[in-house]
Amino acid sequence: MSSSVSTAAPSRRLGERIRDWVPAVVVFGLGLAAWQWLLPDVLGVEEFLLPRFSDVVGALVNERDLLLRGAWITLKEAVGGFVLGSGVAIVVALVLARWRPFGNALMPYMIAANAIPIIAFAPITNAWFGLLSPWSKVTIAAVLCFFPVLVNTLRGLTSVDPESIELMRSYAASERDVFRRVRIPSSLPYVFSALKVASVLAMIGAVVGDYFGGSLEALGIVVLSAVNLSRYATSWAAILVASIMGIAFYATISGIERYAMRWHPSVRGKAS
Amino acid sequence: MSADGSVVSIRGLTKVFGKGGVTALQDIDLEVGRGEFVSLIGPSGCGKSTLLRIVGDIVEPSEGDVTVNGKPARKARLDRDYGIVFQAPVLYDWRTVAKNIALPLEMLGWDRAKRAERVRDMLELVELTGFERYHPWQLSGGMQQRVSIARAFSFSPALLLMDEPFGALDEMTRERLNIELLRIWAETGSTVIFVTHSISEAVFLSTRVVVMSPRPGRVASVVPVDLPQPRTAATREEPRFFELVTEVRESLHATGADEVEETLATEDEIA
Repeated sequence: MSSSVSTAAPSRRLGERIRDWVPAVVVFGLGLAAWQWLLPDVLGVEEFLLPRFSDVVGALVNERDLLLRGAWITLKEAVGGFVLGSGVAIVVALVLARWRPFGNALMPYMIAANAIPIIAFAPITNAWFGLLSPWSKVTIAAVLCFFPVLVNTLRGLTSVDPESIELMRSYAASERDVFRRVRIPSSLPYVFSALKVASVLAMIGAVVGDYFGGSLEALGIVVLSAVNLSRYATSWAAILVASIMGIAFYATISGIERYAMRWHPSVRGKAS
Repeated sequence: MSADGSVVSIRGLTKVFGKGGVTALQDIDLEVGRGEFVSLIGPSGCGKSTLLRIVGDIVEPSEGDVTVNGKPARKARLDRDYGIVFQAPVLYDWRTVAKNIALPLEMLGWDRAKRAERVRDMLELVELTGFERYHPWQLSGGMQQRVSIARAFSFSPALLLMDEPFGALDEMTRERLNIELLRIWAETGSTVIFVTHSISEAVFLSTRVVVMSPRPGRVASVVPVDLPQPRTAATREEPRFFELVTEVRESLHATGADEVEETLATEDEIA
């Protein structure tokens, strides 16, 4: 059994792995080709609807200083909001899981709040923090992250197999030990699936928050002002940058998940 | 230990779930002596698992007294006087086999070197040497249950509580683990209370079989098992074994439980 575990992964040779990726790469290439030639030349899609791929890449290169500055500002807002919102959510979830009556009293409101379109508050937050403050956008991102992380973490902490808890009880374990050794590790799959959702929400919150004020150099403002100046390729380049940041953010959380849960069957792959 | 030499002493135990609700157990009296292997058998709903959990102070009784090693059950639990094995292995996926076995030792504050040494001994005891770095989900069901048994024995508790530990395993694995368990029991000199719904398993393993009746759960009869030790695969073919199986079966019939019929039917098919 030990040999099958250690040799199974390398025996799936590099060539085989590359072959697995070929269809996805082909689709990607076809998509770009359609964007470059099919849409504008064959279907006659106008520039203000979607500029040619090469024009967007051109804008990406020419406006790189503007875009990078904007990206950096917006990324800081998104990551700040993510860390703040998710961090507070995890702490609150731990408290609510430890003192269940609180949790039971607050849970219905948390689930209801989870369904509120929080992005609707974006224009209001400027009134709270001032038009130019980055905190309005950090707050929007944080609040967007807060509820899904709270609800999922709480679910993870409380939906532990009762016998796992009975076992700890038989060892006369303290409540702290039960959390440290059972509840927290077994909640990790829930926490990370929430954090991945939160990373996407934080980017949305930061970019949409940009539309309503704050630094004039933020990425959302770049999208908005370029549209107003009919420089569509620049808008699309900014959107592309935001997309790449979003994917990178998500991938980073996924990477941390894989590291933190390297014991997990879904990460390790089932041994034959 | 109490004066009369009992490891577990249950007197006038009654358990009612909910206010004025279902009576799960009624007037249970039972003494389990040091070194005994006592099986609790009965149809589903007879409260045998509840009884086991009350002895372990995981469930509280409504009335009556339970003492373990001469102490109230609560004190015995806090002193970590017993090990427990459930039907599911209840292993933690994020821990390796070695760390799962070491869990109670960590709770007892053993240092790393002492833990490693004991884990090595335990893996040898359950014949899983070489699997210390595996994660539970990489093992078969039978191997997982052996890890769970190793964990329960790791801190040498005087008493072992087992709740249908082999109930989810196939017949072949179950019979092999039965023999393995008896070997470990003999080597460690521990006392075992074993919940099962298999008549042949109860007779094969036990020094005494406690037959329970359903709704409310009571002790219907106690069948002493005088089969010689150590028991082997051949024990299952001795005439005395069949006589005892019949005796337990008839006691179960006398409790008038419908579910017994199903248990008997499946067992007859296997035989």
